[in-house]
Amino acid sequence: MEKKPKRPKILVFSTDKISDPGIDQAGLRKIHYSPSVYVISLPCSSGIKPRWVLHAIKQGFDGVFIAADGHECSYSQKCPEFTNAIIEESQRLMKENNINPKRIRMAAICSVCAEPFVNHMSNFSKILSEIE
Amino acid sequence: MEEKLKKQRIGVYICHCGGNISDYVDVTQVKDLVKNEEGVIVSKNVMFACADSNQKEMVKDIQDGKLDAIVVASCSPKLHLHTFRNVAVRGGINAYNYTQVNIREQCSWAHSDTPAEATEKAIGLIRAGIIKVSNSEALETIEVSSTRAVVVIGAGVSGMRAAIDLAKMGNLVYLVEKEGKPGGNISRWGDLFISGKKGNDIVDALTRQIKEQSNVTLFTDAAINKVSGSLGNFNVEVKIGTEILNLKAGAILVATGFDSYRPADGMFGYNQFPSVTTLPEFKEWIDKNQGEKLVFNNRNIKSITYIYCVGMRETKGTNKYCSRVCCTSAIHNSIQVHEKFKDINVYHIYRDIRTYGKQEILFERSSKNGDIFLKYDEKLPPFVEQIGGKIMVKVKDELTRNQEFEFETDLVVLVTGMVPRHDSLELAGKLKIPVGNDKFFNEIHPKLRPVETVINGVFLGGSCQGPKNISESVQSSLAAAVKINALTKNPKIQLEPIIARVNFETCVWCGKCAEVCEYDAIHPLEMYGKTVASVNEATCKGCGICAPICPVDAIDIAQYSNAEIEGMIDGFMQLVELNIEGKIETTEEQGSSAGMNDLPQIWRRISASLEVAAKTIPALATELDLNTEMITYHLMTMNKYSLVEAEGLDDNDEYYFYKLKKL
Repeated sequence: MEKKPKRPKILVFSTDKISDPGIDQAGLRKIHYSPSVYVISLPCSSGIKPRWVLHAIKQGFDGVFIAADGHECSYSQKCPEFTNAIIEESQRLMKENNINPKRIRMAAICSVCAEPFVNHMSNFSKILSEIE
Repeated sequence: MEEKLKKQRIGVYICHCGGNISDYVDVTQVKDLVKNEEGVIVSKNVMFACADSNQKEMVKDIQDGKLDAIVVASCSPKLHLHTFRNVAVRGGINAYNYTQVNIREQCSWAHSDTPAEATEKAIGLIRAGIIKVSNSEALETIEVSSTRAVVVIGAGVSGMRAAIDLAKMGNLVYLVEKEGKPGGNISRWGDLFISGKKGNDIVDALTRQIKEQSNVTLFTDAAINKVSGSLGNFNVEVKIGTEILNLKAGAILVATGFDSYRPADGMFGYNQFPSVTTLPEFKEWIDKNQGEKLVFNNRNIKSITYIYCVGMRETKGTNKYCSRVCCTSAIHNSIQVHEKFKDINVYHIYRDIRTYGKQEILFERSSKNGDIFLKYDEKLPPFVEQIGGKIMVKVKDELTRNQEFEFETDLVVLVTGMVPRHDSLELAGKLKIPVGNDKFFNEIHPKLRPVETVINGVFLGGSCQGPKNISESVQSSLAAAVKINALTKNPKIQLEPIIARVNFETCVWCGKCAEVCEYDAIHPLEMYGKTVASVNEATCKGCGICAPICPVDAIDIAQYSNAEIEGMIDGFMQLVELNIEGKIETTEEQGSSAGMNDLPQIWRRISASLEVAAKTIPALATELDLNTEMITYHLMTMNKYSLVEAEGLDDNDEYYFYKLKKL
């Protein structure tokens, strides 16, 4: 048996109504992605607290990915604006703690975005592998 | 975790899902590992967690073992969240002291290529679920009283049809129409596809039905002035002339319809040349025209050119969407022209034709009529000019490798689509419902919750949420009517208690949370001698936008507290401390022998048994102490993967013998 490859651990924050069903779709269609990806689903990406991002990295996650609803958010049209602000604040906290701000990433994932999600995980894994 | 765990008698149920999970995740090992987690007193494998028999067993466990929380590791919570919340309640614990962990869509299926790592991940996910439920609080559903009345905004075909059904279901219905008479857009249309009925006839029939319903009140020339209140108890101010009417309703259905796109002056010669018109204008004109000859603007028409996708599917413009219904509408219109008038040449200059479903019949009929179809690219739109009183059209046709055609035509019809009503943003503001990028009203989810908005009690029907044909519009408004009735039929409505909560000790009222709340759910409150933020339970949507904004971290969303989320993160990461590799990974030697260790445990047992001798399903079931359904399921799957094959029937000609297939 081949030795298990070392894969970056990624924490994904998804949204209950839109991006989490998209991530479910990837599984439903058996489109494989790294088993080191763990998902926490929330009502809206605008509700993610930067302290959670910092906590995840400090606890050993290599990166945090926000699977946002973007303009499809049913709560607020300003959702992308709010989520961006959360990322900026998270990056500020990360810099303060000598953590590379590239360890956080965001993309809009819709409820049928199975392939885009898997591609994002693959690309983010590569980026994280290159960060020392 | 620094905080003491709140729940100490947790039951964990790990589902096989008939093999969907256990084919890839070693559920037995998962069960054995999680039973050692702090607070866990029951850890079980179940074949189908959602099965009635298992639900009863869970209820019994909760009651016998005095469990205070449960975790079900199975499929996506989108499928069975409410099933297991109900199990929790039947067992006697709070519905919110239950957590569902998704080890199917986000584990066994997504990592079916790496079963060992899928098992490892499943353990991490379940540990996170255990910590989350340990920190969970018992929440009580918010109960509000409801008025059995509904305000339907818009008396077009969607609004009228929904109003009739809502009334028949026993609701008091207020149908509010901005225009002087009901009917909306279709009252201006003639023959309709597929029914062949006229728009006006449909409106008349619906109006008659409304008059027959004593519990429907139709208000015309009426506009929504102001909306306050929330689900169950909306106060809707309707302005009729100078009079203001106050209506009380349990729910609101928005069925305001659409506007037709109006091209800018000069676009393809619109409002510049007299022989250029739009499809809605031409449709109306055709329906009214009773003559034998087609005469438009005093011009005898012998050829018509339809230009499709005008103002729609713009890469750079506002209307990026496809209006879906205009292709059918244009083709239907061209068929009517052929039926009413003889010897008319018709050209269709299109980008793509979308005549889905039964509408394909029209496309076929149009082709048989001898209409000419030319396909253009958005970057090379057709050019319309008037030379000496003649209308000339120039187009590069993609179907003939961009060959340029130039021809004279008597009439150009611009096929325009549906756009949001000019006043939709104003209404969106009054109802506080979101609009999408296309400015149509936004539902919660186009597939999963297609007629609900994020505002509890406000529903969408018809083309106010996007371009739809008549039958699609009516389908959506009737779906909304049923949803509304499901709410209003109960005098008390239960609301999800997953809303924002303020820590009054920490809060110093800076007002930032109220600034970002689009639902006006946060207000200042004087308490303990200081001002704090107070959340309106009925209007808070639990989106959580206010939580990260708070500079002193005084806001949490129920079920998503710091302890719960950070606890889950800890749960994922505790996995590194586990020493499970030796137990679930295959050795090189084992791996090379047909890789059976990567296969489900049950397959290994069946294979081992069949290696000795071929057996029937009942024989295998008895030997392996499993039921025959389970053996059948796995044998069929193994057969699919060419691991086993059938050979001959038993003495009673009842069961096949199965044997291992030689590779």
